[in-house]
Amino acid sequence: MRITVRLFARLRDLAGSGELVRDLSGPATVKTVWQELVAEMPALGDYERTMSVAVNADYSKMSAPVNDGDEVAFLPPVSGG
Amino acid sequence: MARVAVTADPLDLPALTAELTGSGVGDGAVTTFVGLVRDHNQGRRVLFLEYEAYEPLAVRALNRIVDEAADSWPGTRLGVHHRIGRLELGEASIIIVAASKHRADAFAACRYTIERVKQIVPIWKHEHFEGGDVWLEGATADPEDAAAREAAHRIACA
Repeated sequence: MRITVRLFARLRDLAGSGELVRDLSGPATVKTVWQELVAEMPALGDYERTMSVAVNADYSKMSAPVNDGDEVAFLPPVSGG
Repeated sequence: MARVAVTADPLDLPALTAELTGSGVGDGAVTTFVGLVRDHNQGRRVLFLEYEAYEPLAVRALNRIVDEAADSWPGTRLGVHHRIGRLELGEASIIIVAASKHRADAFAACRYTIERVKQIVPIWKHEHFEGGDVWLEGATADPEDAAAREAAHRIACA
């Protein structure tokens, strides 16, 4: 299955892109997506403790399942206002 | 005009206020909050800010906050616009308007909204200062975190 990964703020800078397309084999969760990303780009790893995640523009959890066509977003701590 | 928005355009407080207050004479109070780009932060001389948002989720989170405030202060109506992109010193990054029958509810709903924005809305400040730049990172966003919501409520009613 094919998913889109969205990265924001410093995570985007570290990855060099805010939008990545990834192909996954078999059942996957948000955590699977994250682990594959960190394997590719270890510099992102530190954010696991502080980030939030979203699936299809709704807050979600690392344990949530991911389906073909989903947009999975990793969000550093927010600083709006 | 939409009551909730994330926009690259300059914010228009009179227009949002008119949107919230144009529908009758039952209100006794309108409070507003305007967040501005300040020229210093943590000892650094700030040159300008760039705001980035995950727009669909930011709008969703803002609507959630408006709903939470309506639950806490029934009859109070809210408008919130957040700006994104490059902002110069002195420009408004966020405007909030709360209209209510009574001033206590209007003040509280306005304060609650800015506190919750800082907790759960996926927007980030990229600070450009004299000598460098840095992404500011505040709260880990978790809309289900009851303690965070309670903290915002306490501040609003202090």
